[in-house]
Parts: sequence; C-alpha cells; structure tokens
Amino acid sequence: MADIAVIDYGMGNLRSVSKALEHVAPQLDIVVSSDPDVIARAGRVVFPGVGAMPDCIHELESRGLRQAVTEAAQSKPFLGICLGMQALFESSEEGNCAGLGILPGRVLRFPAEAMVDDKGEKLKVPHIGWNEVHQSADHPMWSGIPEAARFYFVHSYYVEAGNPDFVAGFTLYPFAFTAAVARDNIFAVQFHPEKSQAAGLTLLANFVMWDGQARSNVCGADACL
Amino acid sequence: MGLAKRIIPCLDVTAGRVVKGVNFVGLRDAGDPIEIARRYDEQGADELTFLDITASSDERDIILHIIEEVANQVFIPLTVGGGVRSVDDVRRLLNAGADKVGINTAAVTTPQLVADASARFGSQCIVVAIDAKQVSAEGEPLLWHVFTHGGRRDTGLDAVAWAKKMESLGAGEILLTSMDRDGTKIGFNLDLTRAVSDAVSVPVIASGGVGNLDHLVDGVKKGHADAVLAASIFHYGEFTVRQAKEHMARNQIEVRL
Repeated sequence: MADIAVIDYGMGNLRSVSKALEHVAPQLDIVVSSDPDVIARAGRVVFPGVGAMPDCIHELESRGLRQAVTEAAQSKPFLGICLGMQALFESSEEGNCAGLGILPGRVLRFPAEAMVDDKGEKLKVPHIGWNEVHQSADHPMWSGIPEAARFYFVHSYYVEAGNPDFVAGFTLYPFAFTAAVARDNIFAVQFHPEKSQAAGLTLLANFVMWDGQARSNVCGADACL
Repeated sequence: MGLAKRIIPCLDVTAGRVVKGVNFVGLRDAGDPIEIARRYDEQGADELTFLDITASSDERDIILHIIEEVANQVFIPLTVGGGVRSVDDVRRLLNAGADKVGINTAAVTTPQLVADASARFGSQCIVVAIDAKQVSAEGEPLLWHVFTHGGRRDTGLDAVAWAKKMESLGAGEILLTSMDRDGTKIGFNLDLTRAVSDAVSVPVIASGGVGNLDHLVDGVKKGHADAVLAASIFHYGEFTVRQAKEHMARNQIEVRL
C-alpha cells in the first residue's frame, strides 16, 4: 500500500509533484498511478493537473478514475492542485463542462474587462507568476507558512466557491479569487506548491503529516510530531 | 500588493555546460548548469530558463538529463527551449521535468506546432520565443522583424503582428529577445518590448541586453514587461538575483523577496 498516490490521468507534469513530495518525505512510498485500486488503498491522495477542464473530466471517465477520485475525496487526506482543484467543483466555463460536483461552486474565466490594476495598467491572462495568498481560515495545512506568502500560479480560470465557509485562502488579481479551499479531508489549491519553493514545500510537508481533520487549531503539523 | 514581476536567469547550455556569447558568437564558459541552477534558486530566482544551443541533434539528450537533475533539486518553474520541432519534443522535455517549453524557429516554419502543442499540453506550458531585430531606418516608423536561426535569417514577419498570431494559436507566454541587444549589456530594446507587451494579453518576458540593474527596472516600467530575463550579469557574479530584486523593490516594482 502506497503512503501517497498521485493520480495520473494524462494531464500534465506529474513528475514535479511526486519529486517535490519525495523531497519533503524521502521515507514515504510515493507512487504516480492510474490504477483505481492503488488509489483506493493509498493512505493519502494528490489530485494534480494542468490543461483544460473538459479534457480532464474526459480523461478521468475514459480511464475509469472518476469513482476513485470521488471516493478518495470522501475518505482520506486529499490534496487537489490547480486543475485538480477546479475539477472538484460543479461546473466550468471552460468548454461549458460539468465538474465532479464534490464541492459547491463553479469555475469562471478571468473576465477581460476586469483585468486592470489599481493604477489602470493591463493585467495579463493567464495569471502567471508569484502572488500572495491570504489565509482566510486557520488550517493545519497553513502551519509554518506566513500570511501573504507568495506561491506560483499559472491559470486562466478561477474558482467561485458556492460556500464561503470552504474558502481557506484568497488572492487578488485584481479581485479576490479562491486560492485554496478546505472541507473535511479535502484541501485544494489553485497555485502549484510543487513549484513554489520553500512555501510550497512547507505546504506539501504539512500535507504529508495532516490527519485529514479540518481546522484542528490546537495542533499544527509541527506540534503533532 | 499583487502579482510580482519575475526575474528569470537564463542558462544557455551546450555540451553540458552553461555558456554565454555576444550576439550568439564568441561563447564563454560559465559553469555547470546544475550548480548554477541551485545557486539562482537559493538567491530567489522566480523561474529558470534553459536554452539548448547545441547544434547537433545527437547531443540533444544531454539537456534532458540536466533538466531531470535540476527538477529533482529545484522547486521553481523551469522553461526549456532550443531545437524544439515537434509535439514529441515538447512531451520529452515536459516528462524530463520542464514546466514550460519554448518554441522558436519551428513556430515560424510550422505555426501549427504551437496550436497542436498547446491543445495537447495546455497553453500554460507553451512559450513562444521571438527573436526580433529592428529593420526600420532612423526617422521611419519603428518596425521589427522576426529572425530565426540564431538571428541570421530575416523571416520578413512583423514581430508585433507575429506575437499576436502566436497568442491566438495558443502561446501562453511570449519570450521576446531583441537580437540587436543580446549580449551587448546596453539594456533592453524598450520600444520593441512595450509594443509587443501592449499588443498581447499574455505575459511577455523581456530578454536581450541587460548590463545593469536599472535595465531590469526599465524593462518593467518603460517596456511593460511582465518578467525580465538576464544571463551574463548573474553568471559572472556581477550581481546576485537577490540584489536585482532588492533594486527593483527600491524602484517600486513588486517582487518576491
């Protein structure tokens, strides 16, 4: 049984996710897998992904992984990254497709008319680069990460969460969008922790130790050891 | 506070070594790519770009091994370009650990490659590299052409129109190099950078000509670049990446410190 399964459904560079996890947890067995059994038996699951949402859902279906993702998202520490976060929601403007519907909310494109900063300068889409993540909820996954730490983003669509209680972090571009969501055993981020240097590695190290309980304020990852 | 402007050290790699020349000639050894990548990561580089300037195709695998090794140790975005001619080339580089792949000459010879690669892997990982040179004479309206083959061949394409076309085909970013400036240390071509950056909605990385830290500031403030790329000022120890960022911050540019 793998300690951590990184779900491989043909969307993007999974090597960097597994390498970053190996870096923070060299003692653990980390597998990149498209086998539903391996995912079902793993202690923790990472659901990464880059690319387009319709392709994502199509690939999950055609590889018979939809159920495995849904079950993992209900049962064990689960980390969604980028497209792997967006796919958890109900629908996306990207190709007008349905998502997995595990979390309430929808995925929208950055609207061209809104992409101007407070000095009147044009903001580019995709949103590429290092932006500040504001922690709007206490969560063990934020342990050791300063408020407003910068993480690396690359995306043209963002999540509009259907329930503000699930928003664990937000970022301004130029309006506040959902940078992280948390519910029960699910934590999902729009940015790429595997590409966010020290802050990202800390988040992954927190995931490796997280017991899957949301908002256990008394017990940060360090204190639990 | 919002999105930071990025500083991207560029490593030109051939035969397993980092080199740097002036206008693509007179190469000088700058060291081991893995050591240099780790140093820039420690100094706070926002990304790293590797350009494989190897001429012969049988040495192409060297860059794959370098990227694999860097990706095991450095957890920031890695862009790799040079000699990318097919969707398969893109796939190999991504599998080796690249986050983005730069397409240069092949974008001119086969624009469909940009469309195919971005459809397959997503726009976010397709960077179109444009080498541009001013072709208008003094007093004429400014005009820049796209050059290929290391700046030796004029394609006759208007660089600004070309950047827009590349965006429409699926480029997620434009890496814009001023061929007249590359390696000269006299600063970015700011007119060119601004013309392209203002014309497209995707981020533009300015490249070619950085000789001091004010040039980086100008690239962002006057050139409207979203990211600035430099090689020699970092390779030979003149400045660290951190010094560059601190200088930009002192000039009211938002950076990741």
